Amino acid sequence: MGLISNGTTLLDAGALDSGIATGAMTLLSTATASSSSTIDFTSGIDSTYKEYIFKFISIHQSNDGADFQFQVDTGTNTNYNQTITSAGFLAYHQEDDSASALSTHSGSAVLHQETGFQDLGRSLGNDNDQSLSGELHLFEPSSSTFAKQFMAVINEAASDNGTNQRHVTGYINTTTAITRIRFKADAGTIDSGTIKMYGIK
Amino acid sequence: MGLISNGTTVFDAGAMASGFGGAMTHIKTITVSSPTSNVQFVHGSSGVVLDSTYKEYIFFLVDMHHNSSSEPEVLFNFSIDGGSNYNVAKTATSFRAYHGEDGSGGALGYYAPTDGAQKTGPLPLSFNADGDNDSSMVAYLRLFNPSSTTFVKHFIGQANEVHDLPRSNGNYFAGYCNTTSAINAVIFDGQSGEGDSNNIDSGKIILFGVN
Repeated sequence: MGLISNGTTLLDAGALDSGIATGAMTLLSTATASSSSTIDFTSGIDSTYKEYIFKFISIHQSNDGADFQFQVDTGTNTNYNQTITSAGFLAYHQEDDSASALSTHSGSAVLHQETGFQDLGRSLGNDNDQSLSGELHLFEPSSSTFAKQFMAVINEAASDNGTNQRHVTGYINTTTAITRIRFKADAGTIDSGTIKMYGIK
Repeated sequence: MGLISNGTTVFDAGAMASGFGGAMTHIKTITVSSPTSNVQFVHGSSGVVLDSTYKEYIFFLVDMHHNSSSEPEVLFNFSIDGGSNYNVAKTATSFRAYHGEDGSGGALGYYAPTDGAQKTGPLPLSFNADGDNDSSMVAYLRLFNPSSTTFVKHFIGQANEVHDLPRSNGNYFAGYCNTTSAINAVIFDGQSGEGDSNNIDSGKIILFGVN
């Protein structure tokens, strides 16, 4: 059934008419963690949107000091091992004011033509009230011409009882379309929290 | 009554189904057009929603201007009692990039004056702004899951100001409200660099909820 108002089609065939003004940011999918080994988004990532945003709401992991990570894959593959080169830095500050600084990510926090999982959060605390929130932007995943860029901003309650503000950027060095993304903890599980995927027109 | 098109529910129970429409909902705009000491967003007051309706809230501060020559700033704080007290403990980081109009500076570094360690007082969005007629500060502040009674509440923001020197100051800040009580009010306070009460002369603060 369609809906027509004053001669203008508002919706038809289960979709709003393209001429109807809507917001530019559309919620596509929501995943809620429950002692989850992985959280995957395996549909909805295509050429419909040029940018996708993943928002992390109060991510809480089972293991103290575990990292929160992502990887992507192509087609219907489930290896999650695309080649990534990345950079990042953090600002940190302890609750007891014992330390604060700006520091570049190094070692396993960044990848250089590597196929492992990319850290978004590191050394998260697993106290009952500790968590991570933030967002990851993935640009034009369906491009068959360019590497796929990503940018993330995260804040986390760390295992050493401080706050870490992390900025992570990089690119997935493939010209094959990215169709799926996986989030996980590097040890233990994601006990609770919400991940939402949005498309940006 | 719902509205189903080609088997797809478009409207039901007074709301548009997920996947239709925008994910950002405008909640409240407060415009300052005459001097005021602060701007408050209190859940349940004057149309403000700041509860479990949304998992994320975004405040945009547009052209906040002080009529002051004493290096004013805009600070923020949170309340768990509907705005009676703005004194939530916050642990936060801050760093800035700056560059002077005369070419001086051009540096990046951690910036302790706008961070906090379990600080119950307000945190500055900007620091030592300029009070010239054409000077202002802009910012956004994201607040995640404020209604949680389990977790600390994270915030992430960025500001740019015309600094008093004058120069461009890009401030990046983030942290968490170290409380498991629900946050239900936010204040943006105008003070001078010396801590004396000072007015926000003009500007606009816009609150959105993210579905």
